This record gives sequence, structure tokens and C-alpha cells, in this order.
Amino acid sequence: MSNAVSALQGASFDGYCKVEEAGLTGMITLRGDLASKGVAKAVKAVTGAAMPGQGEVTEGAKGRVGWMSPDELLLIVDHAEAPGIVEAATASLGDEHSLVVNVSDARAVYRVKGTACREVIAKLAPADTSVMQPGMLRRTRIAQIPAAFYLEDDETAVLVCFRSVAQYAFDLLKDAAQPGGEVF
Amino acid sequence: MLILECPYCGVMADETDLHGGGEAHLKRFGPGSSDDEFETYLFHRKNPKGVHFERWRHVSGCGKWFHAARNTMTLEVYGTYPAQTYEPPKELVAKIKKKHPEWGGYE
Repeated sequence: MSNAVSALQGASFDGYCKVEEAGLTGMITLRGDLASKGVAKAVKAVTGAAMPGQGEVTEGAKGRVGWMSPDELLLIVDHAEAPGIVEAATASLGDEHSLVVNVSDARAVYRVKGTACREVIAKLAPADTSVMQPGMLRRTRIAQIPAAFYLEDDETAVLVCFRSVAQYAFDLLKDAAQPGGEVF
Repeated sequence: MLILECPYCGVMADETDLHGGGEAHLKRFGPGSSDDEFETYLFHRKNPKGVHFERWRHVSGCGKWFHAARNTMTLEVYGTYPAQTYEPPKELVAKIKKKHPEWGGYE
């Protein structure tokens, strides 16, 4: 198999926030009835994280789990381990009406680091970023493309978008983090 | 700007996060129906000045369809509710009725 590379291979930009492509990240879409015990058990088994509530992202030993919609979760894990986790989750779910797919290669991930990381994203998204706290996830859009973001800590925002628009997303973030573009 | 609360995500999503789906609670008339019924289903829409029930999709969020009751004249939003229903929730209708006694009600 050919070498896996991330969309922009770690490109970064130093503005008043540092914008960097996060490199290879494992991502798994899990769809099913989030209220079911079987789904919670499978999620716990493969990531160590608890089932997130509406608009939340939880963290476990092997990854994060984000609430994407009433019937969809995003598992953020190690890239190399993703195929194994998909198998384990599928096995654990058994007869449960569900779907687990490795979407690692369909996504691009960015980190926006700096005290103004909320502001940089606020310039691009219609979401109220000032209320965002670590542990919350918001699925919205940046400029013309869908994206989701959450905060790793108070000064690090992680933004996920489709790989096909990776360059567009990076250019947007770069532009929003341009020195001299501070709002507050 | 129109801001609606997505009943699934619980977030206040603005117009640009959403996609409008036209009038809510349409009853489909398909094969076997009369030409008149089919025409009504396909083309005839309410166009009220005032209270209106609409379908919206949280397109760049959870991707789910939901319903909203709003005023086409004042742009006031009375409430949003999930799509798994054939008619607006009674509480919502009562709330609107209280606010606008002259409103003829749903239907």
C-alpha cells in the first residue's frame, strides 16, 4: 500500500494565531441509536470515552468521541489504529442497527493555536464561538464549506473539514489569522 | 437575520446554516389521486401575511429536517419542533393563538 499522507502534509502559518494542519488523524463515523446501551458500550470499549451528550465531545484513553447529530458520532483516533478500531467496534455492535466507517482519508484537520483561536473561527463561521468551552463541539460552516470544531483547551481549537476542500479551509484560516487582523 | 433553534442540536443556527424547505405539513397526493388533488399538492401553497409553518433543514449542522413556526410579516419566530409529526404541537398553536387572537389557527 502507498504511504498515507495528510491533505497538506503539516502545512502551517504563523499569524496572530498559529494555524497548522494536524497531519494524519484517524476518523471514524459511527451511526446508530445513540440512546442504545450497545452503542455506548462499543464506544467505551474502543476509545475509552463516555457517550457524549448533545453538542459535546468526550475524551478517552484511545481517542475522542464527538456528537455530530442525534444518530451520528465522530470517533477521533490514531490514524494507524483506525482500521482495527472499526473492526472492534463493528464486532462489539453485533446485531445492533448501526454503521461504522473509517473516514480518515476523507477529512482534513487543522489546529488553531493562540489566545484568539475563538476569534479566528468566529470570523468564518456563523456560530457563537464565545460560548464554546473545551468539551463542546459545534458542527457548522466556515465560509462556504461545512466544518466542525471543538476546543482541546482554552487556546487550541481543532477544526475538521472535508479533504477535498483542505486547501480552501487552510487559506481561509490563514487569512483570518493574518497579523493586523485582530478584532479585539 | 433569521435565527432558529435546531430542535436536534439545541444550537441557535442562523439562516446561513440552514436551508429552507417551504411550507410544512403538506399531505402528498400521489398515484390514484384526482388531477385536482395532485395539482393542489404540487402547486398550491399558502402565502400568508402572518403566522406560517415552514420546513427547514440544519444543512451544515446535523443535517436533519425540522419545522418552524414564524411570522412572515414581523419575522418573529414562535418556535421550532422536530419533523416527526403531521401537525404543529398543540402548545405552540395555543401560544400563537394567545399572542394573536385574530389568527385563524392552523389549517
